[in-house]
Amino acid sequence: MKKQSLVLVVIAAIVVIAGIFFITNQNIQKDVSDDQKKIGFIYIGPPGDHGWTYMHDVGRQYLEKELGDSVSTTYIENVPENADAVRSIRKLAESGHDLIFTTSFNYMDQTLEVASEFPDVKFEHATGFKRADNVSTYSARFYEGRTVIGHIAGKMTETNTIGYIVSFPIPEVIRGINAFYLAASKVNPDVKIKIIWVYSWYDPGKEADAANTLINQGADIIVQHTDSYAPCQAAEKAGVLAFGQASNQEAFCPNAHMTAIEDIWGPYYAAKAQAVVDGTWSSEDTWQGFKEGMVEMSPYNEKLLSSDLIAEAKAIEEGIENGTIHSFEGPIYNQAGELVVKEGEVADDGMLASMMFYVQGIDGEVPQ
Amino acid sequence: MNIELIIGILNIVLISTTPLVFAGIGELVTEKSGVLNLGLEGLMLVGAVTGFITLVLTGNYFYSLILSIISGVILSGIFAFLVLNLMTNQIATGLALTIFGIGLSAMLGKKFSGTPIEGLSPYYFIVISFLLVFSVGYFLSKTKSGLIVRAVGENHNSAYALGYNVIKTRYFTIIFGGVMSSLAGYYISICYAPMWQEGMTAGRGWIALALVVFATWKPWRLLVGAYIFGGVAIMQMNLQAFGVELPGQIFNMMPYIATLIVLVFISSNKVRLKLSAPSCLNIPYEKNS
Repeated sequence: MKKQSLVLVVIAAIVVIAGIFFITNQNIQKDVSDDQKKIGFIYIGPPGDHGWTYMHDVGRQYLEKELGDSVSTTYIENVPENADAVRSIRKLAESGHDLIFTTSFNYMDQTLEVASEFPDVKFEHATGFKRADNVSTYSARFYEGRTVIGHIAGKMTETNTIGYIVSFPIPEVIRGINAFYLAASKVNPDVKIKIIWVYSWYDPGKEADAANTLINQGADIIVQHTDSYAPCQAAEKAGVLAFGQASNQEAFCPNAHMTAIEDIWGPYYAAKAQAVVDGTWSSEDTWQGFKEGMVEMSPYNEKLLSSDLIAEAKAIEEGIENGTIHSFEGPIYNQAGELVVKEGEVADDGMLASMMFYVQGIDGEVPQ
Repeated sequence: MNIELIIGILNIVLISTTPLVFAGIGELVTEKSGVLNLGLEGLMLVGAVTGFITLVLTGNYFYSLILSIISGVILSGIFAFLVLNLMTNQIATGLALTIFGIGLSAMLGKKFSGTPIEGLSPYYFIVISFLLVFSVGYFLSKTKSGLIVRAVGENHNSAYALGYNVIKTRYFTIIFGGVMSSLAGYYISICYAPMWQEGMTAGRGWIALALVVFATWKPWRLLVGAYIFGGVAIMQMNLQAFGVELPGQIFNMMPYIATLIVLVFISSNKVRLKLSAPSCLNIPYEKNS
């Protein structure tokens, strides 16, 4: 009896494992003719996260639609930022991919490692800063969007207290806080921001706790730089306002969501894939914003924002696009009161890329 | 500090700690009977996703709760069969259950992630969690069945010699633990952060496991410990928002550090260790030995 059940369990286990392998490998097994270029993507999360990875996948689908039969795309999702990444990237390189996008900051060294083994394959690494002859880097100027939401928040807050939920103290996040605060304090000098670091990109429970804590301390607007829509949901429940993150999250919090900063990767992906098809691809660094359409604002919520304010927000978008407005216009002081950007000047890309200080007016210190 | 602020903080602490209480009290009963189930994280995720999917498909909270519980019964039932009847290694089987649960929940929930739902009020579950801890405390110390569970956990051979059915008792405690984990997961995806996303329990199953050791297998200490863990996390956020700078990473490690300290403390004294930990924890039971 015992032996029989053991055999049954073993058979059941084999069936389950085979099924799981079949399902996970489906994405990778696609037949392509030889003249097609194969484009691969490495994702940090699932395409269904409605945030960071979701927007990269929207970009991938855009690429497929634009280039039609001249390319085929594949992706591997949920790739951890460790030695597994090397394995996954190599798997794509070995299986004849011509161009591989690795879409998270911490794939940086892994991308370079595989790139050195496959000099004929082109690599594109998102948000990184290390390049090689066959490795490009690209990122978006998300901080330009933070200038727009900062302006809106400065005008909309009644308690003059804004709650800001953040993940890790890295330049991209600090830059966002500063851009937001500069814009908000410009229209409302009394505005204060309360910052909570949750030390995770993605923990819906903790993000909701942070939002509730900030609301409890008097914040009437919630801003986030983490990946789930839990903070927006918490704001909706408490009857305060919020901004979405990475993609339009209005469906989850229709009475709180004022707008969101969206990442638009599709045109860039299509252009780079086209370059590979044409044989004109070269290694470069790309950092684009509103002007090139890599960052966009979700539709402004007309139930919550007055038409005047929406017009102002759109004017800022336009100003940044045509260069009359910059998110970091001098004079800008740091917390110690030192002038870091002179009057009439704007912060250069070098300063923005390595920004690890708060501007004057923000309470607290940047965690080390 | 005004009173409203304090009430607000307590409210957030209650909401965020409840899943730890559910998963912890279930695991406590399982471990009291001598079985270590490391599969909490997997059980929670599957409980969360089945509850969520059922709610999306039927719109009925009762059905979603029932299906979430059933998922816990099935998964922990499989675990019980493996470790009790086939006598597999409990640690390896538990880890396998966690890995399986993470994968299974991701696969099941793929089509449903990003579907908006109407969340359920967390307060029912908060009240139930307190009642549960007190009932388990009463059950383990004052009822005959509770004493049988403990006897089985302390020495399964003696319990068998006295005429108690070791396997049956352990089936009961493992499935109880599984159902409690599913409820913790259900609470997370339906009340705490009403959504489904892969891996959304974010390590709470492991904290619950640490909590059982921290509580030295006593229900009321588990409740206190859970609220210490949850309270510290929320206080840390409050201090940050007040502008006090704290090393947040260290606070995230706190539950594990505290558990390590308790482990060192109880294992430094053999008598104390014997009084607290069930003697037959993680030891497979062979009927004819």
